[in-house]
Amino acid sequence: MTLAATVGRLAADPMSTAAGSPGFLSPTGVEIAFLLVGLVTFGAAVVTVTTRQLVHAALWLVVALGGLAVEYLLLTAEFIAWVQVLIYVGSVVVLLLFGLMLTRAPIGRSPDADSGNRWAALTVAVAAAAALVWVVVDAFRTTWIDLDGPAAGSTRVTGASLFQNWVLPFEALSVLLLAALVGAIVLSRKAKADSARTARATSAERDTPAALAEPDTRSDTEGAR
Amino acid sequence: MHLAYPAVLSALLFCTGLYGVLARRNAILVLMSVELMLNAVNLNLVAFDVWLSKAAEETLHSGQALTLFTIAIAAAEIGIGLAIVLAVHRNRGTSDIDRLRDTAEGHETGGPDTDAPATGTAAEKAEATA
Repeated sequence: MTLAATVGRLAADPMSTAAGSPGFLSPTGVEIAFLLVGLVTFGAAVVTVTTRQLVHAALWLVVALGGLAVEYLLLTAEFIAWVQVLIYVGSVVVLLLFGLMLTRAPIGRSPDADSGNRWAALTVAVAAAAALVWVVVDAFRTTWIDLDGPAAGSTRVTGASLFQNWVLPFEALSVLLLAALVGAIVLSRKAKADSARTARATSAERDTPAALAEPDTRSDTEGAR
Repeated sequence: MHLAYPAVLSALLFCTGLYGVLARRNAILVLMSVELMLNAVNLNLVAFDVWLSKAAEETLHSGQALTLFTIAIAAAEIGIGLAIVLAVHRNRGTSDIDRLRDTAEGHETGGPDTDAPATGTAAEKAEATA
């Protein structure tokens, strides 16, 4: 806190900013890289929520999540970055693509991808973005992250803090993952009393093994982590 | 690095996800937008943890630990959510959340009795297109 306080005081004083602390007009290389990757990430996220082709939305989501992993690397949080690549790009997007295929999403353009309230949604989102950006910029105008020195999120640091201070939540999380696995199997299992729908039996037989295999891959990834 | 960069990017990503949740009609696209919102929160947590771990003398790295927990919970959430979407699609023949109006109040244009043939035709259409 003391460093941030001094830096904040330096930056708040307009006379000493020119020499003392960095400014907006002379961004460092890390800041430029962060800005460029951030633009790519934001653009991919916008395309994800606006495109009319469902599979393309999932693929643009890969770009957005990968860009966020690069942002974590730029913030020296290496372990989080690789966990992001493993879990999100590796398993969550694959699960989403499985879901799109199992629900027989149309390949190509679907005209009804957006619902009728998209203008209300756009208004709400733009208002929320304006309010949040204004508040955040106003609050952290004079705050700087010191990225020099040892990395704040290397595997050694993260593992030490995780297994020294956060062991009990970690174990509780494994119970939650087990519950989620059992719940996903129970939900995607075909009920026995459903035999009246013999017309769909073949498609359900096709659905069930894939739906059962998905939580297993996820738990394997979690276990490897 | 200026702390405003990751904070502003996180706010923009969150609002993008908010737009997606409100405007999308397919349930799986809504889940994708929820993932975007969760990732925005993760970026915020990581940025503030890096800032505080350099500024403070002693830190628990609570931001990064919470980010890891959020990622694991998001993985569990997407598994359960997709299982629910698949069950709904199997029963109704659609994953269109505008048509799932069984608990809607007010103007009963599509009640349970008029709704059943509609979903039936939707299921037939899904079968026909597949």
